[in-house]
Amino acid sequence: MTAPVIELRSATKRFRSGSGGVHTAVQSLSMTVRPGEFVAVVGPTGCGKSTTLSLVSGLEPPSEGQALVRGENVSGIPEGVGYMFQNDAVMPWRTVLDNVAAGPRFRGASKAEARKRAEIWVDKVGLGKFGGYYPHQLSGGMRKRVALAQTLVNEPEILLMDEPFSALDVQTRALMQDELLRLWSGTGAAVIFVTHDLDEAIALADKVVVMTASPATVKATFEVGLDRPRDVEEIRMTPEFQDVYREIWQSLKEEVDKTRERSSAGV
Amino acid sequence: MSEAIAVGTPKREVSVAVSAVRKRRIKVWSIRAALVVLWLASWEIAATYWIDPFYYSKPSQVWLKLVEWFTQGTSFGSIWANMLVTMEEAVGGFLLGALAGVVLGILLGRSPLLAEICAPFIKAVNAVPRIVLASLFLIWFGLGLQSKVATAFILVFFAVFFNAFQGAREVDRNLINNARILGASRVQVLTTIVVPSATSWILASLHSAFGFALIGAVVGEVVGAEQGLGLLIARSQGNFDTPGIYAGMIVITVLALVAEALLTALEKRLLKWRPPAAHTEVQI
Repeated sequence: MTAPVIELRSATKRFRSGSGGVHTAVQSLSMTVRPGEFVAVVGPTGCGKSTTLSLVSGLEPPSEGQALVRGENVSGIPEGVGYMFQNDAVMPWRTVLDNVAAGPRFRGASKAEARKRAEIWVDKVGLGKFGGYYPHQLSGGMRKRVALAQTLVNEPEILLMDEPFSALDVQTRALMQDELLRLWSGTGAAVIFVTHDLDEAIALADKVVVMTASPATVKATFEVGLDRPRDVEEIRMTPEFQDVYREIWQSLKEEVDKTRERSSAGV
Repeated sequence: MSEAIAVGTPKREVSVAVSAVRKRRIKVWSIRAALVVLWLASWEIAATYWIDPFYYSKPSQVWLKLVEWFTQGTSFGSIWANMLVTMEEAVGGFLLGALAGVVLGILLGRSPLLAEICAPFIKAVNAVPRIVLASLFLIWFGLGLQSKVATAFILVFFAVFFNAFQGAREVDRNLINNARILGASRVQVLTTIVVPSATSWILASLHSAFGFALIGAVVGEVVGAEQGLGLLIARSQGNFDTPGIYAGMIVITVLALVAEALLTALEKRLLKWRPPAAHTEVQI
């Protein structure tokens, strides 16, 4: 078995909450991701899934425990990490092409070189005709494509995705999921994909990690033995998919119920 | 996008819409012209029959004064030279003040510690009625250009500073995190994310800031100068020459409007990435 590219060792993250108290987002969480593996993290809404990603990306240091990338402690942003945020993070004052060229430019590529690489990726995500458009002229799905190209142009070995498609309508979401699988296959990148949508998690991932209600820690891990390449719309109909779904839902349901009870109790 | 709408709509409907817009524009402008004529005519008539033109002057006298200034010159040299002096002072103060305001605003906006330390001082200086500093600057820098540039500077600085500060503070955290992940250094985050984000705030402040620069320059000249539009106004006041005061006001107003138009053009150019405003029709 190959060495994990991402490893969390009983990592805990606490935040100081607004009222002066301490909020524990993630509690002694341990998980590993192998190179090229697609891992989906599911859990009830607001349980601290996103925090997992900020630990791996180096945006937030863990309060306790360790976050390791390629066997080394994360300090600062590790090399080869891409991160797609839940909300739009494209620069509204730059055209599609200039947005995608930002990564290579930041990393010291010449203007012409950055543009050339950006053009390739803008084409790959299907926005070839829209290179000169500004984000406000695009639909939500198209902006997600820009964000995807912006992340992938850096050829990350580790791809972190924080509910990237949750704001899209159902059809666009399915389209973007297919697109993601198509672009990811062959890159060999390890992916952590955070979502609250179990359907999405199973359709995309090799491994589904179920998180507990807040504070989040790993409840159970499930292997998804579905063949690739996959068509996310088709695969949902297969009995294999539904078996896996039922199995994971058993586990996830308890946590969702817990969260519901708490929020209805006003905690 | 207007082209996209035009493609899908029958030609006749587009031309109807275009002519409706044109009709409306003609209507608006003719009513505006009528209002100006009405105002000037009532002033002229009132000053001829009822009120004393010595105190209130009248449009025809103001017009003659303007003609005199532009054909024969003023008592302090040609009107163009006076305009040039005032503009030099205003533009100088504006550029220096805006630059200092932007740099300090962004610096403090991005450094919470520095902002906390400086906050009471800035509030105190902002509370000073800054226009009285014109007298102080006159003593420090003399009757020439520098004292007016200093007055304009201090007025412009605060107008721009507060907006740049606010703009730099309200940069979307998501954008900064995204840039950092994409590989941006601290300096790159500042130049590619913070400055462009704050630009719309800063540009908004530049409109009022140029007005302040003109005020600074003119007040500086009223307090004491060798040449300039403020001096013309001050001298007219001394001579009980009411038309001269009005004429000075008009020249300054025209200069301010020209500067405003230039700033609007600059703003449009720099902010072409922004979605068009929801109601561009009712711009004031």
